[in-house]
Amino acid sequence: MEKTQINRELDLRGEVCPFTFVKSKLIIEQMEPGETLRVLLDYEPSVENVPKSMREEGQEVLDVKKIGENLWEVIVRKVK
Amino acid sequence: MSFQFTEEQIKRYSRHIILPEVGGKGQKKLLDAKVLVIGAGGLGSPSLYYLAAAGVGTLGIVDFDVVDFSNLQRQILHSTERVGMPKVESAKKTIEALNPDVKVIAFNEKIHKNNVMDIIKDFDIVLDGSDNFPTRFLINDACYFLGKPLVSAAILRFEGQLTTFDYRNKENSPCYRCLFPEPPPPGLVPSCQEAGLLGVVGGIMGTLQANEALKLILGIGEPLVGKLLVFDALHTEFNIVKLRKDKKCPLCGEKPTIKELVEYEQACDVRF
Repeated sequence: MEKTQINRELDLRGEVCPFTFVKSKLIIEQMEPGETLRVLLDYEPSVENVPKSMREEGQEVLDVKKIGENLWEVIVRKVK
Repeated sequence: MSFQFTEEQIKRYSRHIILPEVGGKGQKKLLDAKVLVIGAGGLGSPSLYYLAAAGVGTLGIVDFDVVDFSNLQRQILHSTERVGMPKVESAKKTIEALNPDVKVIAFNEKIHKNNVMDIIKDFDIVLDGSDNFPTRFLINDACYFLGKPLVSAAILRFEGQLTTFDYRNKENSPCYRCLFPEPPPPGLVPSCQEAGLLGVVGGIMGTLQANEALKLILGIGEPLVGKLLVFDALHTEFNIVKLRKDKKCPLCGEKPTIKELVEYEQACDVRF
């Protein structure tokens, strides 16, 4: 599978809800439509909440994956 | 649009940023906005407090009075230990303690014909929380001439009124004089000093004024233009009365007769 090009990265290890979403949103707002953001999370509830809130805002969630011991990545494409 | 918030600001405004209608973009608009509040009393206290909490970056406050014990039943910006202190100073202290992002510009003076334009001109929105008709007419006319949106509220006994005049779009907005062409004769309408006032009515109406201001800044929802909201605290009822632009209005009508600021006599100065 072709690897998704990542435009921005945000390391949110150590952050909890709702700030994981708030900080992701602030970055997304300043990106161009079509660009992608990769977010690193180590707070499990955020792994569900960040993609859920991003979808509610009309953004596209490309991937949610466990990538390590208590570490996840979420990839979001800015739609609007 | 680009914006940079501090860690503290991200936490402080997180409940705004989460809202799809606000976001970081809207919060930046709030921080860049300049709102002028006339009167730091029953209406100005709640409106200023909420606008400050919301992060409206510049708040102008006009009041020439000092804090009195009789204010404390409703004017929540002030406190017992501040009795005797100018209201603008007391308001500034409370606001700065709540949110250091807010720059307070205090006008410790009476508003009159010769200073009203200067006071208003640098602000984006004006909130009228004054307690007398001459001031209300002066603020209305000045906002009209300067093309500034005016959020007007009034309270007495158990009743409150609210409307927004959007003078950025004069063609489609009635003005205060469409509602009241001239001030009533002195003594006809009692002041809250004479008639009394349930303190929370100021809290409710002032908070609604702040809501109107926030919507205007953010460009969301619909401002209360062409509508007068009447609140009845005894029955907890809100009613909306339509306001129409009056073709014969002396200020905004087809043949206006008022082309410059008019200063009416203060009712309290009139001997009767």
